[in-house]
Amino acid sequence: MIQTDIIIIGAGPVGLFTVFEAGLLKLKCHLIDALPIPGGQCAEIYPKKPIYDIPGYPSIQAADLIKKLMEQIKPFNPGFTLGETAYSLEKDQEEQFIVTTSEGTSHRAPVIAIAGGLGVFTPRKPPIENLNEFEKKYIHYIVKEPEIFANKNIVISGGGDSALDWALYFAENFASSVHLIHRSENFRAHNDSVQKAMNFAKLGKIKIILNSEVQEIKEKKGALSLNVISKNKKTQSIACDNWLPLFGLSPKIGPIGNWGLEIEKNAIKVDNATDYSTNIEGIYAIGDVNTYNGKLKLILCGFHEAAIMVQSAFKKIYPNKNNVLKYTTVTGIKGF
Amino acid sequence: MDISITVTNRDNKTKKIIAPTDMNLNLMEILKVYEYPIEGTCGGMALCASCHIFINSKHDLPAISLSEKAILDDNWDTQPNSRLACQIPISKKIDLINIRLAPEI
Repeated sequence: MIQTDIIIIGAGPVGLFTVFEAGLLKLKCHLIDALPIPGGQCAEIYPKKPIYDIPGYPSIQAADLIKKLMEQIKPFNPGFTLGETAYSLEKDQEEQFIVTTSEGTSHRAPVIAIAGGLGVFTPRKPPIENLNEFEKKYIHYIVKEPEIFANKNIVISGGGDSALDWALYFAENFASSVHLIHRSENFRAHNDSVQKAMNFAKLGKIKIILNSEVQEIKEKKGALSLNVISKNKKTQSIACDNWLPLFGLSPKIGPIGNWGLEIEKNAIKVDNATDYSTNIEGIYAIGDVNTYNGKLKLILCGFHEAAIMVQSAFKKIYPNKNNVLKYTTVTGIKGF
Repeated sequence: MDISITVTNRDNKTKKIIAPTDMNLNLMEILKVYEYPIEGTCGGMALCASCHIFINSKHDLPAISLSEKAILDDNWDTQPNSRLACQIPISKKIDLINIRLAPEI
């Protein structure tokens, strides 16, 4: 059981900055995120895009903002449970919350801050009828541990950055054979990756199949057999150890929708007049995941909400202590 | 001036909505204003397909950018009349446009 002061659900910019604000009050945080890396939307959807409304930065790439936030919170030594979805919520006899993930990791704390953005990033699955029969054994929608694909026959589907980047990674590092199947002839991945993949294809390190998609799947002689159809209706079958359909992730509110929180239009209702608390005492919601009258879904508004929220969390955790606001310019950063 | 847009929702209900042309809005944003079940996850950067729509009328629309094309190419619900609503500005040019929301991604 992981014990902390604040369990933060969501490791996007607002979840990360909460660690900083909590750290100034000597509160320890542990973050849970369904994605295998921190950053939320900034990492998954638009890492290379500039953001222009972060105070003090006329322009900053989303991935760089995450890098800087990680650096900023480092002194406060936060814990991370990544690649796991916060699944169930319980309260124990000592009035502490227990959050258990989809993989069974348990976390315990007196306060929860939900900074879940638009929700849990859930894989977009191709429309193939019997997909779920083979998911456990052969299919991966997110690469969490690349080493499990070492020396395997891998087929990757998709035309975005993750499809290209992983195809290149496996071909370069260890896979015995990599097929990349894409529905069109244009990739939406970064130009450098596309160029590199084309060069790899020329060298025979990756087999690229364009204008095609997997139509059917079945098991054959202990391998997954993919029936691939091209736009001009030619079919071919490819046997593989693993199939990675990487068609991107789309956010869904996910299991926290069943926690008894008051939800309005896919967002958690909070009290914005005081501290962004939800209808469950001890649980707060900040950033894009919450809603209130006049809500703006901006990173900078989430940062503000985090600062206010941790003050309330402090009072909840230490009801008999009086907290005085300290300025970092005066006291500096004292980590732990 | 305001323009009129005919929208068919995922439940097949069709309604006319009015949109102002002087507020620098795009189709995705106006659909969200009217509370259609469209996410606009990426905020309008043509980086997700959550505002995917089908165009059922003949209008002079802005050309499809490489980014929009790539997103649509990677989507299995894409039809020849597919567009991302976030890439279509609200202007006089699209008055009386007729659109249908694509299935949820």
